[in-house]
Amino acid sequence: MTTVPHGASAPKRDPQALVAKPIFDWFFVVGVLAMVALYVRSLMFTPPDALQGVAQKIYYIHIPAWLASYTAVGITALTSIVYLWLHDERADRLSEASAEIGLVFLTGGLSTGMFWGRVIWGAWWVWWDMRLTLTLFLWFVVAAYLVLRGAIEDEAMRARYSAVLAILAALLIPFIHLSVYLFSAGMHPMPIVLQPGKAKLSPQMLVTFLFGFVAFELFCVALIRARYRYGVKRDMLAALEIAGDTR
Amino acid sequence: MSELRAPGTLRAAWLLARKDLTIEFRTRTAFFSAIVFAVLALCIFYFAWDESIVQPSALAPGVLWVVLTFSALLGLQRSFALEEHDRGIDALLVSPVSREAIYLGKAIGNLLFLSAVQVVTIPALAVFYNVPMGHEWLVVTGVVLLAMIGIVAVGTLFSAMAVNTRLAELLLPMLSLPFFVPVLMSAAQISARVLAGRPLAEAAGYMKILIGFDVVFIIACTLAFSFTLEE
Repeated sequence: MTTVPHGASAPKRDPQALVAKPIFDWFFVVGVLAMVALYVRSLMFTPPDALQGVAQKIYYIHIPAWLASYTAVGITALTSIVYLWLHDERADRLSEASAEIGLVFLTGGLSTGMFWGRVIWGAWWVWWDMRLTLTLFLWFVVAAYLVLRGAIEDEAMRARYSAVLAILAALLIPFIHLSVYLFSAGMHPMPIVLQPGKAKLSPQMLVTFLFGFVAFELFCVALIRARYRYGVKRDMLAALEIAGDTR
Repeated sequence: MSELRAPGTLRAAWLLARKDLTIEFRTRTAFFSAIVFAVLALCIFYFAWDESIVQPSALAPGVLWVVLTFSALLGLQRSFALEEHDRGIDALLVSPVSREAIYLGKAIGNLLFLSAVQVVTIPALAVFYNVPMGHEWLVVTGVVLLAMIGIVAVGTLFSAMAVNTRLAELLLPMLSLPFFVPVLMSAAQISARVLAGRPLAEAAGYMKILIGFDVVFIIACTLAFSFTLEE
């Protein structure tokens, strides 16, 4: 193999140092601080729910995690379309990064939901809840996406195959949603925030809740950025190793 | 030009499907093993439940869909693995047929293969599980056909992708099964209701999902197929 792999542009000066250079990521620090602030605020400065008690506090993590995972998975679907259209390896790397982070947040959303379900519903898992089942299958699709990526060595083929899978998965989700909707009556708490005429959250709860969304979105983007940078460096290193072998 | 090409694509697809079926007909290894697997699985699943609590005929729809799914995966696995041998896929790619024709040909071949397996499996299910053979089986056969179209549409594409990876045999079920969820869920719910003697109208929503899935994924996978081939 003498060709530079797809995706790794030949590094210009002192590539070894470029790969090894440590990076201070202010965005990541802000994301982590926002998460810490969210935990402190939701545990210590937000009153417990009148009916659910302390168990309700998991909402401040569970729902933002769910939203962050959908953001990440949405980025994967969009960048996959961009890749098939422009064949830009940056789009592929971003798909890879956001899929992996999406899986992390999906796992977080599912596991926090299970703890809450154990306390409030009395069961770790129920099949008749639409959102639970839908999220579980989304988890499997994202896992399959990452396994597919790991099973292909050729960069261009890996990028094309995974983009095709991501786009088909985006078409699949509405179908799973519909069939699960028909299957299950659903007992999931429905949103009451920002809906006129419904019961209101107390102002303290609302602030914590909205802050949770901001903190999780920031943290999610920070993780995707970090994972993306890892992908860039990994590909640079692979290019260097190949250049070293052929020298 | 497109008016002239359209029948060409379908004709090429049919020729390709016939090629695959001829190979299968001459060797008969995959067909025979798929049938033995399906009937064997039917018999083994009978013992997975307590007969005194659950009626065998109540189990039949569930067993039907489990067995159909796995016999479909067996057939799909073989579909493109056949072309890897002696790099038959290269010959297909240099032949003057469109990429869409290759996909459709493979899909038609897979559909006929799977249908042939079901021709044996479904009567075997009715016999072993004591399901009365009434007119509701006509509906179930229609549902099986619709489900197989959806399964084959997605599975043929993933079969083409999986053969080029390191995990070929393992990857196909991992990729395909999540995509089979809406198909299997709808088809199983419809057939369970129909075999229990309830009206088909009760499952109209599931029927719409099944038909919608078939239409969307035949189009999407036909378009996506050219991306899975080496350029």
